[in-house]
Amino acid sequence: MSSLRNYLDKIRPNFEKDGKLHAFKSMYDGFDSFLFVPNTTSKVGTNIHDAVDSKRIMSIVVIALMPALFFGMYNIGYQNFKAAGTLADATFWPIFFYGFLAVLPKIIVSYIVGLGIEFAWAQWKHEEIQEGYLVSGILIPMILPVNCPIWIMIIAIAFAVIFAKEIFGGTGMNIFNVALIARAFLFFSYPSKMSGDSVWVANDTILGFGNKLADGITCATPLGQIAQHVTVPCSLSDMFTGFIPGSIGETSVIAIAIGALILLCTNIASWKTMLSVFVGGAIMAIIFKATGSTSIPWYEHLALGGFCFGAVFMATDPVTSARTETGKYIYGFLIGAMAIIIRVLNPGYPEGMMLSILLMNMFAPLIDYCVVQRNISRRMKRLTSNK
Amino acid sequence: MANVIKLRKGLDINLKGKAKDEKVNIGKSSEYALVPDNFTGVIPKVVVQEGDNVKAGDALFVNKKFPEVKFSSPVSGTVTAVVRGDRRKVLCVKVKADDNQQFVDFGKKDVGSLDATAVKQSLLDAGLFGYINQLPYAVSTTPNTEPKAIFVSALRDMPLAGDFEMELKGNEKYFQTGLDALSKIAKTYLGIGRKQSAEALTSAENVEINVFDGPCPAGNVDVQINHLDPVRKGDVVWTVDPSVVIFIGRLFDEGVVNLTRTIAIAGSMVKSPTYADLLVGTPLADILKDNIVEKGSARIINGNPLTGMKSSLDDYLGAHTSEVTVIPEGDHANELLGWILPRFKEFSASHSYFSWLFGKKKEYDIDARIKGGERHIIMSGEYDSVLPMDILGEYLIKAIITDDIDKMEQLGIYEVAPEDFALAEFVDSSKLELQRIVREGLNMLRKENA
Repeated sequence: MSSLRNYLDKIRPNFEKDGKLHAFKSMYDGFDSFLFVPNTTSKVGTNIHDAVDSKRIMSIVVIALMPALFFGMYNIGYQNFKAAGTLADATFWPIFFYGFLAVLPKIIVSYIVGLGIEFAWAQWKHEEIQEGYLVSGILIPMILPVNCPIWIMIIAIAFAVIFAKEIFGGTGMNIFNVALIARAFLFFSYPSKMSGDSVWVANDTILGFGNKLADGITCATPLGQIAQHVTVPCSLSDMFTGFIPGSIGETSVIAIAIGALILLCTNIASWKTMLSVFVGGAIMAIIFKATGSTSIPWYEHLALGGFCFGAVFMATDPVTSARTETGKYIYGFLIGAMAIIIRVLNPGYPEGMMLSILLMNMFAPLIDYCVVQRNISRRMKRLTSNK
Repeated sequence: MANVIKLRKGLDINLKGKAKDEKVNIGKSSEYALVPDNFTGVIPKVVVQEGDNVKAGDALFVNKKFPEVKFSSPVSGTVTAVVRGDRRKVLCVKVKADDNQQFVDFGKKDVGSLDATAVKQSLLDAGLFGYINQLPYAVSTTPNTEPKAIFVSALRDMPLAGDFEMELKGNEKYFQTGLDALSKIAKTYLGIGRKQSAEALTSAENVEINVFDGPCPAGNVDVQINHLDPVRKGDVVWTVDPSVVIFIGRLFDEGVVNLTRTIAIAGSMVKSPTYADLLVGTPLADILKDNIVEKGSARIINGNPLTGMKSSLDDYLGAHTSEVTVIPEGDHANELLGWILPRFKEFSASHSYFSWLFGKKKEYDIDARIKGGERHIIMSGEYDSVLPMDILGEYLIKAIITDDIDKMEQLGIYEVAPEDFALAEFVDSSKLELQRIVREGLNMLRKENA
């Protein structure tokens, strides 16, 4: 350990100003602070600091995503074997490995492309590398259909990282959730690769694992089928456990609930936002069910599609969500309600979570503005009434 | 029964090395120094020259804008140096102490028979007026202000802070006289903690007593003001350190300026943490002599670890300092993979570490590392969770960063002092220097409104 430290200290001069490798200073600092907690001590202000930093917070979010990710891998294999009709003969590991091999390249490519841009940008701006992409980098593969081609994903990530984050000033300054912008980019630019029947189940063998499926097998998401007025093809327990076609991370309510528990126990996600998304969604779905606009009950609306995933991991993104405590209730409620409205009333899109969150990302500053103004006017009133 | 105000927001940081409830005698030092920077907002004009003889109570420097506000020498002796820094800024005025201490005699006075003007004049003459601070701007106050109220907080609840009750013992009479004197000038409020039981506090006279029950920073006088009588634009309130109340009491009861305070010497790097009676301006080297653990580098702090100034052994005890603390510097910690390891020894208000499971009794040894890189504000609600005031901390900070004067006023900058944001700076995962930011905002408004 100390030899590693000594080595890092030895090569440091190369990265300082006038060093040979000064162009890679940000990258050196990034790796240094990744390996070791910085030894910098405070100069002004408080002499002691909390052990938490943004690296820690981002890491916890990534850990919270793991159950959903691993379940998603298994589910990819499960859907493939199920569609091929060989599910009964398969054991756990081939099913899991098939899914693992289907997802791994996406995660690796996502990190290489996204972090590559982050590193280059940080170097160009002479800043420290910011950790925001650690979370976005794993979120993006998880909200894509399994058959989404990798070249498309690369374009989407580059677009999202540059135009949704870096030009605003980096992590903490972005208006829209970066991962959702990547998905929205694909959704509108390559609709055939992002929706429709054929993309939700992997249909080719990978390194000998899995089955090659014949063309024309129907593997649409339940929400897609509901939108086409087909009866719900899966049971409620399937919806909770997650053995249904869908984006990689979004299907299992249970796996997402474990992630939610981690985020809430560590106080990283706001329970106010999370709860009010569900409340908003439930109320809207009950209304639509009562008026006959939707065929499924409210709890199935909450369990299907990206609702849970969005509520737990996307709506609670502290940067793009409302930042005032009162604002969080309003923000969450409107996301939930809007998601169901888009699902039910919009004939084009069977899923509304992504659009709803992006819409509310845009309105979050307005909600905060109103809450802050209320504080200001109450303060003004207090000032005049005391006189 | 005094009014009890319950506060829920805040954070108690349980640090290792609290001072034991006993006093040691540290003895006299040969040289003392008064540091103008201890009096925030004062531009000093030195009125003595090297070689001058002064008595305890004679002015060493005055406020350049208000020359009647003097700052007097803690001891009698010979002025040995006026130390200046960049652009001839006065860093400190050093006085070599005589063996026989002589005090300027200001005459014993019966406070009951004095009016506000006479009390003010006595404080100005004796060089104690500048020890009174004010809101807005959290600076040393000036004689042209008319305070609408005076606030004294006897509760010191910052980590490792010196307990005021230790100082009160034996000084009860002076404390009451000091309160009497202040109450002549304006309505005086005394804030005390729920656990404080000294009779001189709970049954102090001529003041309104309020009990503050809650975690740190319930003892911050600005927090108390926010709950009692918030500062409006154009208002001025005075805030007085309880030790200064004792200084004032001594002036009227004894007729002398005696700047002796009880200081906690604490921190995990102090061999035997304890209390001592010391004069303002005592060299830290004398206070900490043979009392620092020789293991790694130490951070010496003039004050507590949250709001104190980073200092060295060449510095002197601050005028508003109630404790001297020593903690590990930590600059050679080389901690591996901190973002993922459990790090059971680390303290965090966030639940991403396990310190919340270990209860409030466990003591932590926190070093001076920042433990992260500076980022934009990412997490929301961090500041407000430790700021028990009717103020949106995060928005106020953003208003200051963007130099938005209207917003700063609307969001209540006149009600805060930098130390109110000390805890927020501690918990901030983006590692911003909030106290410096608030101070810059206050300075900017002070200049604008001047």
